[in-house]
Amino acid sequence: MSRLLVGPFNRVEGDLEVSLDIADGRVTSAQVNATMYRGFEQILQGKAPHDALVYVPRICGICSVSQSVASARALADLGGIAMPANGQHATNLILATENLADHLTHFYLFFMPDFARPVYAAHPWHAEAVRRFAPDHGEQVRAATAARQRWLTLLGTLGGKWPHTQSVEPGGSTRAIDAAERVRLLAKVREFRGFLEHQLFAAPLEAVAALDSEAALWDWHAQDPLGGDLRFFLTLVRDLQLGTLGPGPGRYLSYGAYAQPGGGWALPGGVWRTQTGAVEVLNPRAITEDATHAWLAHAREPLHPLHGIIRPEPDKPGAYTWNKAPRLGGDVVETGAIARQLTSGMPLVRDAVARHGGTVYTRVLARLIELARVVPMMEDWLQAIRPTEAFCVPTALSDEGSGVGLSEAARGSLGHWLVVRRGRIANYQIVAPTSWNFSPRDAAGTPGALEQALVDAPVRAGEQTPVAVQHIVRSFDPCMVCTVH
Amino acid sequence: MKQPPRSLCSLPPEGALSGFGRPGATDMNVLWLQSGGCGGCSMSLLCADTTDFQGHLRDGGVNLLWHPSLSMASGEEVIALLHSVLSGGTRLDALCVEGSLLRGPNGTGRFHMLAGTGLPMIHWVRELAAKAHHVLAVGSCAAWGGITAGGDNPTDACGLQYEDDRIGGLLGADFRSTSGLPVINIAGCPTHPSWVIDTLMALAADGFAADDLDPLNRPRFYADQLVHHGCTRNEYYEFKASAEKPSDLGCMMEHMGCKGTQVHADCNIRPWNGEGSCTRGGYACIACTEPGFQEPGHPFHETPKLAGIPIGLPTDMPKAWFVALASLSKSATPKRVKNNAVADHLVVKPAVRKTRLK
Repeated sequence: MSRLLVGPFNRVEGDLEVSLDIADGRVTSAQVNATMYRGFEQILQGKAPHDALVYVPRICGICSVSQSVASARALADLGGIAMPANGQHATNLILATENLADHLTHFYLFFMPDFARPVYAAHPWHAEAVRRFAPDHGEQVRAATAARQRWLTLLGTLGGKWPHTQSVEPGGSTRAIDAAERVRLLAKVREFRGFLEHQLFAAPLEAVAALDSEAALWDWHAQDPLGGDLRFFLTLVRDLQLGTLGPGPGRYLSYGAYAQPGGGWALPGGVWRTQTGAVEVLNPRAITEDATHAWLAHAREPLHPLHGIIRPEPDKPGAYTWNKAPRLGGDVVETGAIARQLTSGMPLVRDAVARHGGTVYTRVLARLIELARVVPMMEDWLQAIRPTEAFCVPTALSDEGSGVGLSEAARGSLGHWLVVRRGRIANYQIVAPTSWNFSPRDAAGTPGALEQALVDAPVRAGEQTPVAVQHIVRSFDPCMVCTVH
Repeated sequence: MKQPPRSLCSLPPEGALSGFGRPGATDMNVLWLQSGGCGGCSMSLLCADTTDFQGHLRDGGVNLLWHPSLSMASGEEVIALLHSVLSGGTRLDALCVEGSLLRGPNGTGRFHMLAGTGLPMIHWVRELAAKAHHVLAVGSCAAWGGITAGGDNPTDACGLQYEDDRIGGLLGADFRSTSGLPVINIAGCPTHPSWVIDTLMALAADGFAADDLDPLNRPRFYADQLVHHGCTRNEYYEFKASAEKPSDLGCMMEHMGCKGTQVHADCNIRPWNGEGSCTRGGYACIACTEPGFQEPGHPFHETPKLAGIPIGLPTDMPKAWFVALASLSKSATPKRVKNNAVADHLVVKPAVRKTRLK
């Protein structure tokens, strides 16, 4: 048996180290280390509650708006504030713009470039992978970067700038959209639709979103195996058996994405278990964090985030990461686009996960399917805006109380828990998507989702940074800077 | 004699780059590291106003040796590159650091260990900075400590050469890179993509000198402007017609905490993400390019006042003049400006005159 220490991992947000035990060309055990600590929960102590909206987006430069939305929801919960319909549509548009930009960035800039590595030179598709996805000159990487730049100009209009958009408020959006601007924004959404339909899917979004089974997906693939980048990816799935690589825990969490003005969600959440194949109602009170293996003070038992504590203990025995271990009713869960597509009832993703589980293939597929489903929703939300009506109601926050803000970032479920005493923040706890996915072991020694997914990953002779491990790690679209808030 | 550029991020070394590179030209080797920050300056950088980001850098003579989000190399390939720079095998023309430098706990730097190396990031930054022709702090974290140094500064975060507005930081007041320049502070939270690209391209073209830096070592091309310049709310400012709640159209200086009249940056001349800026997005300038902005001593979106007058007055403006001008302009505010200032869309339109404008 041998041990490998893998890092620095790039093309993930932030700093990540993975420690692998290897025997007979396979990973037998993995430990995931988030190697940085910044202490946002400490920084927020004693601040005016509304100031959280300045600090929390700066937890993360890639899920910045997601942090703002979760915080605004927690503050709205504290103050009993309901935003007007326009405010909800604007907030959803801002959040969706970031989430879809992140999916695009993940696929083109972070995930696909690994298939251009020389290790795959003998495969018939390799030259095409290099042509499309080599990081600094790949044709599709460059086209996607340009499409992303244009796409994020939506946020120049909707929110002033991105990242660290300050327009997201508990009472709505500070930036009213007038009728002419709405037309301009719709034109930009159509431009992005054009990129997706020509480059990523080589098909209309509605046709992709209508694929309702794996059989339908592979029939569509067979029509043109290299047509568009999704079908190119499917070609690799088949050749490299990515459908079996990196199986997760088989339990999936989504808080629900894009709250609707009348109540409910555009992508309803819940808990999905592969075993039962049904959506369970989420009980947020069953969420706990266990700090046994984190360099952080821990209580006798795992704590609900409202009672969570944060105090660094860099010399703590048995600890190996700055990340706590979140659990749902004691269970390890996986979160991300795959969870959202399962709980919101997308038939293709449900079928693919029933057959393969949560793996490199199904995680990436779910992300791309989400692109096809959410862009038309954004067109609807823009149409639903009433330019002469209010976008924001004034914010009156209570001086005493607590609030919970649950939201969905590109990479999964994000929760903020806030306690206010005498008008100041007395406790602020954040559980980020990658806190779940890249969780360390808990007190019982149960490994986190990635730690489980890495077991059995193949390691080629002489590999120091095994390429299969890289595929698995990146398939979760990790955000370490959120994790090490 | 400079060596030819070598890049671990360009995969097929031969042939594939033809048509993009500049044969014979010596590109500027840039190494980009991230530490105690959010990665948002890199994400912002990718929003640069170009239809071909990767080609844009290359055409500007910038060769990214390695960037955490944009390069192929991972793990041991990166560590090999860092050692090659330290041993002189790879020339380092510009070291870009994003994120604050975490000195804690107790000076050990263990709040950020560079993955795979067993060494604190501050160790790597000190060693690499000593080899770099230029050192750039990308963003307010790397420049001053920034948001990560907020609250009680639990990680003992600082900037490369500043700790808030005190010179020193990780590298010390006397640090000069081999070019003779101090650390170039491209401050902002995040930085505007063009601030970074314009600086890199000016350096690549040898078109950047000590005179191009302001007293806080920020590039003058953006730091010699104020956020107030080009603000679309200027008519409201002139008449002191003020916003009272989020989404109001009025000037945000009097009540909403806006510091745009004091803050050095060209955000309203060089818009963000197409047509944006903080004030255009409906929220106050919080002075993110200035040292210490993370702890203003008051809630961010409330203007601190003394006897009803904002403490922070416009840059270069004597208080007595401001008070006199403000009271005069308030008394002369047109009804249109007054009413629109507290609405989120125009409730009174500018009158259309029936005679030719004079």
